[in-house]
Amino acid sequence: MKKTGILTKIYIAAIMVFMYAPIAVLIFYSFNKSRSAAWGGFTFKWYFELFESNNLMDALINTLLIAVLASLFATILGTAAAIGINNFRGKSRALIQNVSNIPIISPDIVMGVSLMLLFTFLGVMFHFEMGFGTVLLSHICFCVPFVVLNVMPRIRRMDQSLYDAALDLGCNPFQAFFKVVIHELMPGIISGMLISFTYSIDDFVITHFTQGARFQNLSTEIYSMLRRKFPPTINALSTLLFLVIIIIMVLINVHDRREEKRRAQK
Amino acid sequence: MKSKKLAIPYMLWMLVFTMIPLVMIGFTAFTDNSGSFSLSAFADAFQYTNVFLKSLWIALISTIICLIIAYPLAYMISQMKKSTQNTVIMLVMIPMWMNFLLRIYAWVLLLQSGGPLDTLLSAIGIHGNYNNNTVAVIVGMVYEYMPFMLLPIYTVMGKIDVGLIEAAQDLGSNKVAVFRKVIFPLSVPGIISGITMVFVPTASTFVVAQYLGGTDDIMIGDVIDKIFFANNHTGAAISLVLMVFILIFLVLMNLFGDEEAIA
Repeated sequence: MKKTGILTKIYIAAIMVFMYAPIAVLIFYSFNKSRSAAWGGFTFKWYFELFESNNLMDALINTLLIAVLASLFATILGTAAAIGINNFRGKSRALIQNVSNIPIISPDIVMGVSLMLLFTFLGVMFHFEMGFGTVLLSHICFCVPFVVLNVMPRIRRMDQSLYDAALDLGCNPFQAFFKVVIHELMPGIISGMLISFTYSIDDFVITHFTQGARFQNLSTEIYSMLRRKFPPTINALSTLLFLVIIIIMVLINVHDRREEKRRAQK
Repeated sequence: MKSKKLAIPYMLWMLVFTMIPLVMIGFTAFTDNSGSFSLSAFADAFQYTNVFLKSLWIALISTIICLIIAYPLAYMISQMKKSTQNTVIMLVMIPMWMNFLLRIYAWVLLLQSGGPLDTLLSAIGIHGNYNNNTVAVIVGMVYEYMPFMLLPIYTVMGKIDVGLIEAAQDLGSNKVAVFRKVIFPLSVPGIISGITMVFVPTASTFVVAQYLGGTDDIMIGDVIDKIFFANNHTGAAISLVLMVFILIFLVLMNLFGDEEAIA
């Protein structure tokens, strides 16, 4: 098609240096024997220390568990909501959609603080402490609107008579709903769920305010580790996380390429 | 399928976990410890006016720098082969998948005295301290949020009808004119959403300034975090003011966006 100019190449190279230099530094320091800024020889010891740290492993499990549960609940709640909202008209529909946008536009910190107020209040009333449960609820909160947002356009584009057709052809309402409607909405549902999952895994601010005294996810654990003067195990952790991300990205890419080829063959 | 009932759990959910918490912020901001109406929280909040203004200032500068970096990048990427486009976008996005705190911490390591940047510049005779100042905070912000500026602009540019560009060329426009009269006006919606996606989180973020800023680089997010656990009335008042500012900003951006779309 078009040739890439030399200016473009230089600019993109500069951007890549900017994006990856900090990560390269993290990886470099993860093999540094010395705790200071200077190079003190090669070592793997921070990796061994990392695997011996129970706190981090617990935090990792918490993060994944919350992300799976939150994205699952958010997907069910959000998909049902999107189908329901589609049947509203006029002002009430506009109202629901505006309320849906609140968690998306409001700053994380305001949402975190407001949920903390709610949970402290409810906690005094019903005698519970903040922890796994409150973090899960909060994560569902900021995930649901993304599911609604991703499923809504699919419903609007769907042929409304498909459901009736399924009924005419002998499906019961239950089958018609799951085999036809949900099937049609699947791409939107999946992307809503994936967005929820990634937001949940990466969340720091909202977890910070709703975690209570004992619960830690990966972000909050890293935060408290960094309070105790930057331990080198953090570098080892970063390197491993980066490796996992790269592997996932390569797998996704390979999958996409295969799909493209298969489509081209048809 | 035609039933509205499916939306009921969601509506209840939004009421309990979105509307009521926001009302509680308002309620907490306008009361004191005894629970009666009071404006003392706002009086307390006033002493952070400077921090507030500085946060908005840092957010503004960071947003502008993001735009300056991301706009040409989006344009260049949109001019490439489709497969190269995907690769470059993916390369820019990969660091975003790293944990937010680790990305900031990486800059602490990079900028620390005796660190890589210092060593490199010392070799050519420049010495200095690069961490713990406002510039470092802004660099950190740009690093965190630049892709949020890039994506919407790139998406909009990708959707521009090639026919429009060719028509402009056929009618005698040179490259500069094509950019000024066709590509730029059509990319404005992307710029608007990019600005909102960068400005809102930078203005309200916390932690970044704790790691990269100097002693006077405290941002409003850090203040809310610190104060809330001690005095939630003042914390709620500051949060409320922040929320109102952001809403005004969003409304302004929306108005601006609509006008551009008409013109």
